[in-house]
Amino acid sequence: MAVISTIRAIGSRVVNAVWRIGVASRFFFLTLIYSGNSFRRFHLIIKELFSTGVMSLIIIIVAGLFVGMVLGLQGYETLKRYGSESALGVMVALGLVRELGPVMAALLFASRAGSAMTAEIGLMKATEQISAMEMMAVNPIARIVAPRFWAGVISMPLLAALFSAVGIFGGYLVGVVQIGVDEGSFWSQMQAAVDFREDIMNGVIKSLVFGTVVTVIALFEGFDAPPTAEGVSGATTRTVVTSSLAILMLDFVLTAIMFRGA
Amino acid sequence: MSSNALVEIRDLNFTYDKRPVLQGINMTFPRGRLVAIMGLSGCGKTTLLRHIGGALKPTKGCVRMDGQVMHELDPAGLYAMRRKMGMLFQFGALFTDMSVYDNVAFQMREHTDLPEDIIHDLVMMKLHAVGLRGAQNMMPSELSGGMARRVALARTVALDPMLIMYDEPFAGLDPISLTVIGDLIRRLNDALGATSIIVTHDIQESLKIVDYVYFMAGGVIVAEGTPDELRASDKDFVHQFVHGEMDGPVPFHYPGVDFRQDLNLRA
Repeated sequence: MAVISTIRAIGSRVVNAVWRIGVASRFFFLTLIYSGNSFRRFHLIIKELFSTGVMSLIIIIVAGLFVGMVLGLQGYETLKRYGSESALGVMVALGLVRELGPVMAALLFASRAGSAMTAEIGLMKATEQISAMEMMAVNPIARIVAPRFWAGVISMPLLAALFSAVGIFGGYLVGVVQIGVDEGSFWSQMQAAVDFREDIMNGVIKSLVFGTVVTVIALFEGFDAPPTAEGVSGATTRTVVTSSLAILMLDFVLTAIMFRGA
Repeated sequence: MSSNALVEIRDLNFTYDKRPVLQGINMTFPRGRLVAIMGLSGCGKTTLLRHIGGALKPTKGCVRMDGQVMHELDPAGLYAMRRKMGMLFQFGALFTDMSVYDNVAFQMREHTDLPEDIIHDLVMMKLHAVGLRGAQNMMPSELSGGMARRVALARTVALDPMLIMYDEPFAGLDPISLTVIGDLIRRLNDALGATSIIVTHDIQESLKIVDYVYFMAGGVIVAEGTPDELRASDKDFVHQFVHGEMDGPVPFHYPGVDFRQDLNLRA
C-alpha cells in the first residue's frame, strides 16, 4: 500500500506540474494577445520600465563591476601560467558577453525585479485590486500584466549589456590599472577576437530569452498566488527558484545551440 | 422579468467542491431601490454578489440583469454589462500605486475618450460628493479606513452606474465613518437614480437606510421584508439576528462531540 500511495503522490505532483505548465502557457499567450493596448498606451510600459529596469541598475552595475574584477584577477593568474597575459581582455570580454553578462544579469533580475513583480501582483490579488479591475470591465492581463511583461523583455538585454560593459571595465581596472597588463593589447585583442554576430548578438538573444522566461514566471506566479500572506510569500520564493533554474538550464541549451563547434 | 426589476434571480443554485453554497435563491431588485442581503459570515452573501457581477457561473438557475442572463454573456457582453455596474469592495480595493485622484479617474480614462480637463471636473465632483476633494493628491496608504471606503465609493460611482453593489461596506469602520458611509450610500443611490445591493451583516446601520432586506442562512433565504417588518418579526432567526442574541437558531457552540467525552468523563 505504501508503494501505491508513493506512486500516487508522485503521479499527482507530475500531473499538477504539467497542469501548471499548461496554465502558464495559456497565460503567456493571453499576455501576447492583449499586448496591443500596452503599445497604444506606451506610457504604461515606460512606467514599468522604470520600476523593473531603472530600479535594477544599482545592483547590476555593482555586481557587474565585481564580477569583472574577479574575472580579471582569476584570468590573469591562469593566463600567466601560459605566458598569455595579453589575452586577458579577450577572456574577460568573451566570458562576460557570451555567458556571465546574460546569465548573471538574469539571475539578479529574477531576484530583484522578478520577485517584486510577483509580490506586487500577488498583493494586488490579495487586496482585491484585480477583482475590482475586472468588475470595472478592465482586463487585468491587458492593464497589469502586459505592460510589465514588455518592460521585462525590453529591460533585460539592456541590463545584460550594461552588466557586460561594467564587467569589462572592472576587468580593465584590475588587469591594466592594478596588475599592469599592457593596455593596448588588452583592448586591441579584445576588439579583434570579439565577433559582433557570433558573440554579442548571441548574448543579446540569450538575454532576451531569459528576460521573457523570468518575466512570464514572475507574472504568472503573482497572478496565480493564493490571496494570503503565505500564498504571496510562497509565490515570491517560487519565482526566484524557478527562474534561476530555468535560466541555468536554458543557458546550457542555448550555449549548446549557439556555440557548438564555434 | 417584471419591467420594474433591474436584477432578478431565479432558482439560483451554486455548488462548490460538491458542497451546496446557494440553493434555490429567488430575489428581485427593483430599479431605484436599495436592497440589503444579510446573514452570517459564510452564508453565501458574497457568492451571490459574485453571481450578479458575472464572476461565477451558477450550477442551476440564472441571474438576469437589465434583461440579460449574466452567465450566458460572452466576455465582450459581460464587460459591456459590467460598465453599467459599480462595486464597492469590503476594504475599498483602491489601486495602491495610484493617488486618490487617479483612482477615481481610472475608469474614465479606461472607458472614455474624455479630455483630461473634463475628467478633472468629473473627478472633483465625485470627490466632492464624498467629502474628500481635499484629499485628491493623497496615496491610499495615507488614508484612514473610512476615507479609503469613501474614495472607493467615489470610484465606484465614477461612471454613474445603474447598479451599485456593496460588499460589507461597514466592516471595520468607526461609528462616525459608519454613519457617513451609510448616509452616502443612500444619498448616492437616490441622486443617481441607481439600484443598490448591499451585502452586510451590520443590521442596525443597514435597517436605517435600505428599502428591503433578504436574510440568508446556509445558502437559502430564511426571511425577507421591509426594515419595519423585520424589526417586528417573530421568526426566531430574524429575532436573534436583529437583536444580536448569543444563542438561538444559530447556536453558540460549533457542533462537536459531547463535552463529557472531550473531558474524558463517564456518562
